[in-house]
Amino acid sequence: MRRVVVTGAGTINPLGEDVTATSAAMREGRCGIGPLEIRDVDRLSIQIGGQIKGYAESDHFNRQQLALYDRFTQFALLSARQAIVQSGLTFSGELADHSGVVLGTSGGGLTTQDENYRAVYEEGKNRVHPFIVPRLMNNAAASHVSIEWNLRGPTFTVATACASSNHAMGQAFNMVRSGMSKVMITGGSEAMLCFGGIKAWEGLRVMSKDACRPFSATRNGMVQGEGAAVYVFEDYEHAKARGAEILCEVAGFAMSSDASDIVTPSKQGAARAIAGAVRDAKLPFDSVGYINAHGTGTAANDKTECAAVADVFGHHADQLMISSTKSMHGHLIGGTGAVELLACIMALRDGVIAPTIGYQEADPECALDVVPNEARDADVDVVLSNAFAFGGLNAVIALRKFS
Amino acid sequence: MSIKEQVVAIIADQAMVDPSDVKMDHTLADLGIDSLGLVESIFAIEESFDISVPFNANDPSESDFDISSVAAIITAVEKLKQEQSK
Repeated sequence: MRRVVVTGAGTINPLGEDVTATSAAMREGRCGIGPLEIRDVDRLSIQIGGQIKGYAESDHFNRQQLALYDRFTQFALLSARQAIVQSGLTFSGELADHSGVVLGTSGGGLTTQDENYRAVYEEGKNRVHPFIVPRLMNNAAASHVSIEWNLRGPTFTVATACASSNHAMGQAFNMVRSGMSKVMITGGSEAMLCFGGIKAWEGLRVMSKDACRPFSATRNGMVQGEGAAVYVFEDYEHAKARGAEILCEVAGFAMSSDASDIVTPSKQGAARAIAGAVRDAKLPFDSVGYINAHGTGTAANDKTECAAVADVFGHHADQLMISSTKSMHGHLIGGTGAVELLACIMALRDGVIAPTIGYQEADPECALDVVPNEARDADVDVVLSNAFAFGGLNAVIALRKFS
Repeated sequence: MSIKEQVVAIIADQAMVDPSDVKMDHTLADLGIDSLGLVESIFAIEESFDISVPFNANDPSESDFDISSVAAIITAVEKLKQEQSK
């Protein structure tokens, strides 16, 4: 088994258009959630979201590219550029043949679908642009990253709703760990903030109209966000041989299925994934200093997640910190685990734990140290990132400080 | 059909029982309707009566729509229908 390290990170999300800006926002506890600026917002009962404001696609891509790049593909490409440039890698020959891309997304090119359904159904048009299919397909982002960087090895997309990114990064981790690939580009992307994307969530009646307040007794639901984060996962020996800067080590990964309910989370399913990731990393349970929670701000998730953490860690659950950065960037659905991994890397590298903002009142069913409202300095060696999807699919990643 | 009969029909359909088996003092839990079934029932009520029901699944008790029994739901629907048809 090979050791796997992270040698590059990139992102665009409601808190910033790169890792530095995002980390600064997380440190400040800044909220990236605000009024949605989208077409037909007046027909939505949910009118807030973690939207990337001030983003102009034409600043980054030309007309021909935009004909092929849905917003979720754009976010993935921008993030991948930052990550790969930081890693210093170029891909050719043997390395290119064995390096690939695994990205998570839930909705894929949902904005493209939304716009084109509107054109044919509402506006009665009988003709659509020739590239609608390659623009909307879920694997478009992974394929375009592969094309742009000459990554010719295993490349695919993972779609497991809110756990997509963690499942994707788990695959990438195991592919490098097993020796199948020297380098994998991985993470996730989502751009679901269009009329249909929000209307569908509205129907489920789990959305907040005012804010995402994870773990707070006053929480009243989730808030959607958009964006991407992408990482370079690299074989440690390969990274060492070329003198690369190592951001942290990917230590373990586990996944589980609740096999019970299509939307209601299960404590046992979550607990099996959390414990599985620590065991996979071959680390003691009391070495875990921080958990980036799934923490959606719904009644059901937050209490179930806290109960699962308490079950897995016993007394140590009261010693560790657990925060939900969804309070700041919203729930990026298929891209969420990727953006949240930035908070984990910040904890390991900078010794700063991102807060759970919007926290107002303690909930006895979420009685853990949720790092309320203000970031905290802390020296942690091992961190986890939780993701629990609709469908009962759970995926947890363990990272450790590189030494 | 009266509002009462329509609401009973919606709940019976969701619970997969005959409308005659739905009693006024039944809770939705008595009828085996879970949280997803509740959200579906509310959707059916909104569609049938052309009303908007204020309901957040995160906190049903604080939503301004009493779902504590079949009778309470009927009363709440009658009230909304009256308010929203103005």
